[in-house]
Amino acid sequence: MIDIQDTSIDFMGVRKIAGTISAILVVVSIISLAVNQLNFGLDFTSGTAVRLNYSEAIDLESVNAALNNNGYDEAVVVNFGSDRDIRVLLPVDETVAVTDQAAQAAEVGETIAALLRNNSGSEITLMGSDYVSAKVGAELAEQGGLGMLVALGIIMVYIAVRFQFKFSVGAVVALAHDLIITLGIFSLFRIEFNLNTLAALLAIIGYSLNDTIVVSDRIRENFRRMRKGSPLEMVNVSLNQTLGRTLITSFTTLLVLFSILFIGGEATQGFAVALIIGVVIGTYSSIYIASNVILYMNVTREDLMVPVKEGAELDEIP
Amino acid sequence: MLNRYPAWKNILILLVVIWGLLYSIPNLYPDDEAIQISNATFPVTEADLAGITSALEAAQIEFFGEEVEDGSVLLRFNDVNDQLRAKSAIEEALTDDYIVALNLAPTTPGWMQAIGAGKMSLGLDLQGGVHFLMEVDMDAALQRRMEDTLSNARSILREERIRSRGMNLIDNTHLELRFGSAQDRSAARSILAETFIEMQFQNRDAEGMSILDIRLMPDTILQIQRDTLQANRTTLINRVDALGVSEPTVQQQGSDRIVVELPGVQDPAQAISILQRIATLQFHLEAEPGAPSTSYETYEFEGQLLNVDNDVILQGDRISSVRPSLDQNGLPQVQINLDAQGGNQINRVTRDNVGRNMDILLIETRSRTNTYLDENGEEVEETEFYEDKRLISHATIRTALPRTFVITGLSQREAMDLSLLISSGSLAAPMTIVEQSVIGPSMGAENLAQGIEGVEVAAALVVLFMFAYYRVFGLAANVALVMNILLIFAVLSSVLPATLTLPGIVGIVLTVGMAVDANVLIFTRIREELSAGMSPQQAIDSGYDRAFTTILDANLTTFLVALVLFSIGSGPVKGFAVTLMIGIITSMFTAIVGTRALINLIYGGRKVQKLSIGSYPAPEKTAT
Repeated sequence: MIDIQDTSIDFMGVRKIAGTISAILVVVSIISLAVNQLNFGLDFTSGTAVRLNYSEAIDLESVNAALNNNGYDEAVVVNFGSDRDIRVLLPVDETVAVTDQAAQAAEVGETIAALLRNNSGSEITLMGSDYVSAKVGAELAEQGGLGMLVALGIIMVYIAVRFQFKFSVGAVVALAHDLIITLGIFSLFRIEFNLNTLAALLAIIGYSLNDTIVVSDRIRENFRRMRKGSPLEMVNVSLNQTLGRTLITSFTTLLVLFSILFIGGEATQGFAVALIIGVVIGTYSSIYIASNVILYMNVTREDLMVPVKEGAELDEIP
Repeated sequence: MLNRYPAWKNILILLVVIWGLLYSIPNLYPDDEAIQISNATFPVTEADLAGITSALEAAQIEFFGEEVEDGSVLLRFNDVNDQLRAKSAIEEALTDDYIVALNLAPTTPGWMQAIGAGKMSLGLDLQGGVHFLMEVDMDAALQRRMEDTLSNARSILREERIRSRGMNLIDNTHLELRFGSAQDRSAARSILAETFIEMQFQNRDAEGMSILDIRLMPDTILQIQRDTLQANRTTLINRVDALGVSEPTVQQQGSDRIVVELPGVQDPAQAISILQRIATLQFHLEAEPGAPSTSYETYEFEGQLLNVDNDVILQGDRISSVRPSLDQNGLPQVQINLDAQGGNQINRVTRDNVGRNMDILLIETRSRTNTYLDENGEEVEETEFYEDKRLISHATIRTALPRTFVITGLSQREAMDLSLLISSGSLAAPMTIVEQSVIGPSMGAENLAQGIEGVEVAAALVVLFMFAYYRVFGLAANVALVMNILLIFAVLSSVLPATLTLPGIVGIVLTVGMAVDANVLIFTRIREELSAGMSPQQAIDSGYDRAFTTILDANLTTFLVALVLFSIGSGPVKGFAVTLMIGIITSMFTAIVGTRALINLIYGGRKVQKLSIGSYPAPEKTAT
């Protein structure tokens, strides 16, 4: 087993380079988000999605052609998990009254399944269908953005109270960094962004924060304990001390995420992909970004000298 | 002695472990496919059961475990096929007023059910079914209230002989009355303010007119929205019951939406057509004895048959509000307020009919599926709609009824029920389905199987790694991990009757990955202390001690994020947040207290030379 405990890597020696790389990644992500935009799923837009399962592998082109020739000009067909599962996406039919759209959407599944059965030799099972009205889609997008901002705000306050203001800036910059780059990757590779991905994004906040807090905790402890050494040296020592834990936890989490990705089925794949990207970037940012920001803000021993009463009597909680 | 837990602490941990086992075990018992037969108006009895069993025997369908309980019959079947065939056989044998619902019956032993240990319920995405999000048209409800107010104001002013120069509905909450003089306006204002105490009045002068603005007070608007939502929910619950779905969910979401989840339903089009219809209400007089049989219809009410005259004396849409209340003697009653026209109508009819009985009918549109053979001899299913009329109130007219009257002689429960039924037939507003999801049964089963497999593989990988890396300590962490999963299942099955969804399973899997984090933190600390030259016992104590603050900080912040997710998110996001929060709490317990108890049992209270915690750098030799 590799021993990653007794290291003395000069993490902060490359802080300028790391900072530059991160800045470039963030800028690229923002450009991609502006130009490419996110590939929003049904949850955030609106329309009807029909899920179908074929008894043998299916060629998307033929499905598309069959639909286009039968009046579904705007239908989009995508693979869903395996090459035998497809999803047919249909926009909301504006000519139908809002109150009747759901009823229409309910029937369209059977209609499309019947139509495709006539055009294909393989057996087709209708696995299910979804309908989202335009109004709900817009609301969900709003709610998601709001949720993210509220979560970031609460975290900032909590860390400022528990640690110190400079740490809370460091943590929030690291979180924003993780979120922007994850979203950037989603837009760059046109990966569908749906409700599950949104939940994953919020989970990334929790995960990345976990990492940052553990490092910050150690930095605080070392500042209080060690009498000599520059802030940069102390941050380096703290990062080395927590490196083992950072890598092992990221590793076990990735183990879990990859088993969801490969076994958990198509419904959870988007979730797993988002989290895998987030965990990798979150691990990097808790080492290079959060501590970097703290150093940039000239953290001093005095910032952390008010000892918080805790520990001894708390550890007996059953 | 260092590293020994007091006996009470070990016993406490043991109790939690036993509790976790006991309440998670029921999930291992698969449910039986079952059918439940009930009737909206009377309890189903042994006699009905006899009829049902002979129908099933005639159709050669095997069943077992039949029982009559709480006025309904339950039958169990070997598989889904038998269950579905039995449903149509039973429906054919019984009249339309019986509700035949597909159901799942628990197979857990009686003593487990007695201590409240049950299975967790599965979300639609894991068992298949239809999900609807329905939006209630609140604007329509407010507009109706303002239109009532307008027509009432008009008739009051006419009675008082106050001349108005016009009345307009400005919007859903604002009414404008124009008068030729300020005197007329103040006279109107004082008389209207007495009647409409829930309105705000304001004078305004424009275009040489004296204008009186009447607006709904914000509190009243909220009250109307609450009443309307409640009325719509009651309507939906009635409909869903008629659909014959076991364990349906009809839940309020936000201020104007209702979530309807129907497990097992596969025909959304039929469900929609039933759910979206609005119930109506009619007031009738009871037919006089000896009236010609063509002039009335007979209904059942509280065990007696009553003849209700065909003439409608009042439609439900004339009701402006209804609520259960208490009279001056503290007896329950239902108070009904009508609009002006309704008041006139009922007054005219009732003053000539004091002493007769007045009946209220609730009319719902229901559907039934008829199966017949077409010309090719193939079975064809056809859905047919019909009106289901139900007598919900039978009361004697004591006096000529005014606009506001009460129905008395009810129990508290009856008053509540009647009030809900009346409002469902009169106050319900139109609903639009804004979101809908149909999950096929095979899809649900697939999701569940893959989700569980994901948890198993993830847990196995983590367990292997932890043992390889941390040896005996890793073993303790693994026991804690398994305990943690059991506790999450136990909490989900009994404490919080939450529904397990696919995102919920992902939340559990993620907890598995993150739960070992606490142990990784503790164990790396212990290794550090050992490298720094501490004795094994001291290193254990100090490692747990010093890692605790970090674990608390890290878990608390993650918990905060989960809390934000829970309060803002809906549906899948909420399901994920719930399991994440439960997982954080249980993992804090198992990873800190649980592993510590195990480590104490293994190493505590004796001389230890070396800890089996994987490799760590040897302490530097220092001269003493």
